Amino acid sequence: MSDRPVDDPIIRLENVSKHYVRGHQRVEVLHSLSVDVERGDFLALMGPSGSGKTTLLNLIGGLDRPSAGSVTVCGQRLETLSSGGLAAWRARHVGFIFQFYHLLPVLTAAKNVELPLLLTRLNAAQRARHVEAALAIVGLSDRARHKPGELSGGQQQRVAIARALVADPELIVCDEPTGDLDRDTADQVLGFLRELADLGKTIVMVTHDPKAADYATHRLHLDKGQLVEAVGRDGHRA
Amino acid sequence: MKYFPLLWGALWRRKPRTIYTGLSIVVAFLLFGLLQAFNTAINSGSEKSGADRLVTTGKYSLTQVLPYSYYQQIQNVEGVDRVTHASWFGGVYQTERNFFAQFPADVATYLELYPEILLPVDQKQAMLQTKTGAIVAKTLADRFGWKVGDRIPIQATIWPKADGANAWEFDLVGIFDARTAAERAQQEMMLFHHDYFDEARKFGKGTVGWFITLVEDPSQMNEVAARIDAMFANSPSPVKTQTEKAFNQAFIKQLGDIGFIISSIMGAVLFTLLMLTGNTMMQSVRDRVPELAVLKTIGFRDGQVLTLVLAESALMCLVSAALGVGLAAILIPVMTPHLPGGFAGMELRPQTWLHAMAIASLLALLVGALPALRAMRLDIVNALAAH
Ligand SMILES: Nc1ncnc2c1ncn2[C@@H]1O[C@H](COP(=O)(O)OP(=O)(O)OP(=O)(O)O)[C@@H](O)[C@H]1O
Ligand SMILES: [Mg+2]
Repeated sequence: MSDRPVDDPIIRLENVSKHYVRGHQRVEVLHSLSVDVERGDFLALMGPSGSGKTTLLNLIGGLDRPSAGSVTVCGQRLETLSSGGLAAWRARHVGFIFQFYHLLPVLTAAKNVELPLLLTRLNAAQRARHVEAALAIVGLSDRARHKPGELSGGQQQRVAIARALVADPELIVCDEPTGDLDRDTADQVLGFLRELADLGKTIVMVTHDPKAADYATHRLHLDKGQLVEAVGRDGHRA
Repeated sequence: MKYFPLLWGALWRRKPRTIYTGLSIVVAFLLFGLLQAFNTAINSGSEKSGADRLVTTGKYSLTQVLPYSYYQQIQNVEGVDRVTHASWFGGVYQTERNFFAQFPADVATYLELYPEILLPVDQKQAMLQTKTGAIVAKTLADRFGWKVGDRIPIQATIWPKADGANAWEFDLVGIFDARTAAERAQQEMMLFHHDYFDEARKFGKGTVGWFITLVEDPSQMNEVAARIDAMFANSPSPVKTQTEKAFNQAFIKQLGDIGFIISSIMGAVLFTLLMLTGNTMMQSVRDRVPELAVLKTIGFRDGQVLTLVLAESALMCLVSAALGVGLAAILIPVMTPHLPGGFAGMELRPQTWLHAMAIASLLALLVGALPALRAMRLDIVNALAAH
């Protein structure tokens, strides 16, 4: 790993295929797909429903394994890791944001944000400082003691963003992070993601929404298991 | 410990369900505590009873009567300090539901051998001077509302009077108490004079039920017992002499194996609890599939998720069990004064706490294992896709 140049892509997919077997049926989802993503990119992954966006995101986030090909993320070939090794790798390198927030309803915002830190060696005071900082970034310091049920959808998603970034991962993957939010709230959440990208985080975001994709620096279109169009820097970053 | 909020939160995810299940466990362990304490009460008599007393009965049966002449002979056995005797009267006061023991005894020596029986001096004098006198335990006097001076009618079931009548009457001249709750339970009885009994009864004259012997040196109990048994070995009425403790234990055995009954009840209760709590835990994990998947996504390992669910089960079972036994500990001293004397020795022992915690741990493991395995094997991609 040490001999890799720093400007190596943070994500490299090489001839990645993925199929599911359902009964006797084989569902081909991704066909021999190759792509690189550079550090600091904000990538929007688009495509029709069922095109395999979530599947691809799961491969990048180390939640699933390809049927063939190689996935290298943050300098690690994921197929070489055991399930426990993969879990530890995710804890170190990746933050996750979902469409339906997936906060634990019984825990306060602060305790939800703290979850990834439980897997680190930080002590209680250090964890509390990190949680505070993460909640401050998403502008929810005053809601730390609220439970998800007492927060609006947008606020819950901001808590989820705080949770995704609290352990300072290099990569943040989001599956339709604004799919359940109204326009204004979505813009706010996307603004945060854009800020994170500007701070040097790499973000891969699945979205249906072209307006959401406008916040990204790059777009990738998936159709019938293929990357049909790859658009370079679209100028939004300038 | 940093995982505690996570555990605690998971436990309270469905408040009514947790409270309902928790209460069931509390009640089960309250029952466990009470039954164990009751078991202690039953056995306490035998365990705490006079260490230095021997009981001599018929060799083959407790109900076999012995010649009165043995009284003098036992007194002459080497190592014997003092001897007394008593018999089983087996009478009924008003109705059979009022069961209690009545012993015709040599009252003067009986009171000497049982210093735990506390009788006021004047009442003792009155007793020794009243041929038809009787003394009763305070617990009985309280139960039946007897006062000194009352005439107490007892209906014989074994020993009719010489005229064939079953109606006996005794003059209550004394009411005794005991030093401790356990002794109070042990000494719940009525005593009256053997001489009067022997003179008035129709048959069986010149016999007694059993002898109680105080030995000079408690370390010589077994030797003295053997000497007594040997003395009558070849007579028509051979005897068996054992420590009072062993005698009481044998007597309790005749009542039926209380321990076994208690175990059976607890077995049934725990089985029900297993089903109930197991169902709750399974349901709880089922409800939290997406949440558990998120924990795994964040980087919790399979083993950690397994431990988390097991710990949740342990927390619920152990806390509820402790509450149940604790409740029993509070209730027992409150309850016992209102219960018949037999319950007086009810006591929650430290072993009962240990037992309860061991059972609760086993319960936690049994009900937690399946849900914990399920949570551990949860596939992130499928679990998240389904929600
Ligand atoms: N666990 C699975 N088992 C079997 N088939 C699956 C599984 N997950 C996804 N698929 C199939 O793979 C294809 C791609 O699914 P995927 O969820 O990646 O699509 P998507 O682009 O994210 O769609 P959407 O926009 O609706 O979220 C679909 O046809 C889907 O039915
Ligand atoms: Mg999808």
